[in-house]
Amino acid sequence: MSHASPPTTASDAPRHGTFGQTLTAEWTKIRTVRSTFWTLLAGAVVVIGFSALWALLFTASYDQLSPADRASLGPTTPMQIAFYFGMVIFGVLGVLVITGEYATGMIRTALTAVPNRARYLAAKAVVLALVVLVAGMVVSFASFFVGQAILSTKDLGGSLGDPGVLRAVAGGGVFLMLIALMALGVGVILRHTAGSVVVVFVLLFVLGIVGGFLPGEWGATVAKYLPSNAGSAILEPQPGDSVLPPWTGLAVFALYTAVALAAALVLFQERDA
Amino acid sequence: MFGIEPHMIEARGLTKRYGDKTAVDHADFTVRPGRVTGFLGPNGAGKSTTMRMILGLDRPTGGHVTVNGRDYRRLRAPLREVGALLDAKAVHGGRSAYHHLLCLAQSNGIPAARVDEVIGLVGLQSVAGKPFRGFSLGMGQRLGIAAALLGDPGTLMFDEPVNGLDPEGILWIRNLMRRLADEGRTVFVSSHLMSEMALTADHLVVIGRGRILAETGVREFIDANATSHVRVRSPRLDRLAPLLAERGWRVEAGDGDGLRVFGAGPAPIGDLAAANGLALHELALVQPSLEEAFMQLTGDTVEYHAGVPGAAAPAVPPGGQPAVPPGGPPGGAPGPAVPPSQPPNPEGRP
Repeated sequence: MSHASPPTTASDAPRHGTFGQTLTAEWTKIRTVRSTFWTLLAGAVVVIGFSALWALLFTASYDQLSPADRASLGPTTPMQIAFYFGMVIFGVLGVLVITGEYATGMIRTALTAVPNRARYLAAKAVVLALVVLVAGMVVSFASFFVGQAILSTKDLGGSLGDPGVLRAVAGGGVFLMLIALMALGVGVILRHTAGSVVVVFVLLFVLGIVGGFLPGEWGATVAKYLPSNAGSAILEPQPGDSVLPPWTGLAVFALYTAVALAAALVLFQERDA
Repeated sequence: MFGIEPHMIEARGLTKRYGDKTAVDHADFTVRPGRVTGFLGPNGAGKSTTMRMILGLDRPTGGHVTVNGRDYRRLRAPLREVGALLDAKAVHGGRSAYHHLLCLAQSNGIPAARVDEVIGLVGLQSVAGKPFRGFSLGMGQRLGIAAALLGDPGTLMFDEPVNGLDPEGILWIRNLMRRLADEGRTVFVSSHLMSEMALTADHLVVIGRGRILAETGVREFIDANATSHVRVRSPRLDRLAPLLAERGWRVEAGDGDGLRVFGAGPAPIGDLAAANGLALHELALVQPSLEEAFMQLTGDTVEYHAGVPGAAAPAVPPGGQPAVPPGGPPGGAPGPAVPPSQPPNPEGRP
């Protein structure tokens, strides 16, 4: 009298939860390889360390500095310089989370488990973003406070309450997150660790230096829009004419990140794994 | 337990080209449940490419392939429907076996308890917490099989699963595949080792240069592609051989003092010898091996011939058994016709 219920399979299961499952898996993946920890530690050491080092050098040589040099000091100056040297390391993490899978072949195993590539890449990006946002905030605030602690020995310190400083320090964490995401895009596009790291290094480090050599008004405008210059505008408490307004700069960098991720997604879906 | 709907892999016109090289050429085949289907072909024939297309890793250039009637990429929890071992080394070296399985399980909503279960099933308990990079190939194969079994799937695919395994591991895999098929699952296993296929497969899909050459039972395949012969040993071969040839039977020199006679069974040969008063020291019907049938069918479709003439057809010792010790082929033995410089999966991947 009763009909046999139609056979059910796992894929007839409710849709909801699948993205959550992919997120959970990606979280497991990122926390169970040591490269995540070591890369974040390296980034923290370099950014916090350079901030401390520069603050030490500045306070030590303060008495010999010209008034102009003394006036150049702002509350976030040590961390700005530290970011310039250390931000690439957060990009390396973004590269590694995907190229590590290509290098080992894990990508094929992983895509067999999650064949929906948009879902796969989205989950990877979300988990990476959250991890680097948390780590980046810690690093950004730590590098600020360490720098201030050293500068305050000469009564040169500022505080989070100074105009624009809280925004600059918190924005630094967001900037590091965006760097990791852009690097993820580069890693997906190139699929090789070394090549991707070189590209991220060029985008964030070399281009910023090249921008400084561009001649004339035109050159100055272009320089503002170069990735590292645009992104690090958020670190300026009181931005001058030489950089974009902080949120505009960060938005420009976010746009570059979005372009890299969009290109990555298109290639990722088209290509054979 | 896996669902009750038929688990099938169906390829129709499946084609894959890399540039102007065609790796898989209009392949049509169906893999059905309840038996072990061997996917047999020389190295470079397109086996791995086909399996990657089944799993949605490579996009077909033409045609399509479905699993349980659907495109693999549309499956939401694919590990619950298909378990696959393609490449045992496709694991992040820094991650432990346990965490590798855990992340796969989580991505398909499989409870973590199942991870411990499959680790026990493949016997990796003692190394589950160790990073994968320290694993031997055999341990890697076991981990790959644990991953394939995670979702208790109705369909299982193994690409060259016995490569690199010791005899005990080979026996274990053989029995596992048998058991999975007996449970009603679809088991699709590729190999270039004919002896292995002869022992494990019930059914065959034979591929050469990307084309499906045969889709048939193992016995039927051998019968259709190779003939049996009679091995004859006698101290009077000098007299016996001409008599056999007179009857119109084909006579070939066997090893030592033996002859191989085609076209007659043992009885007429024995009668002939008796009628002429010739002693026989051996008279045996030799059934052809899968290897011989395979060689006859694919003789001209082997992609990479070794430099030595005739090396593509390895010697088959008397008895028709392939040249492999009873315990199985030596671990990781390369195929008969591949020069050592070839990578394990040279199927058109640049």
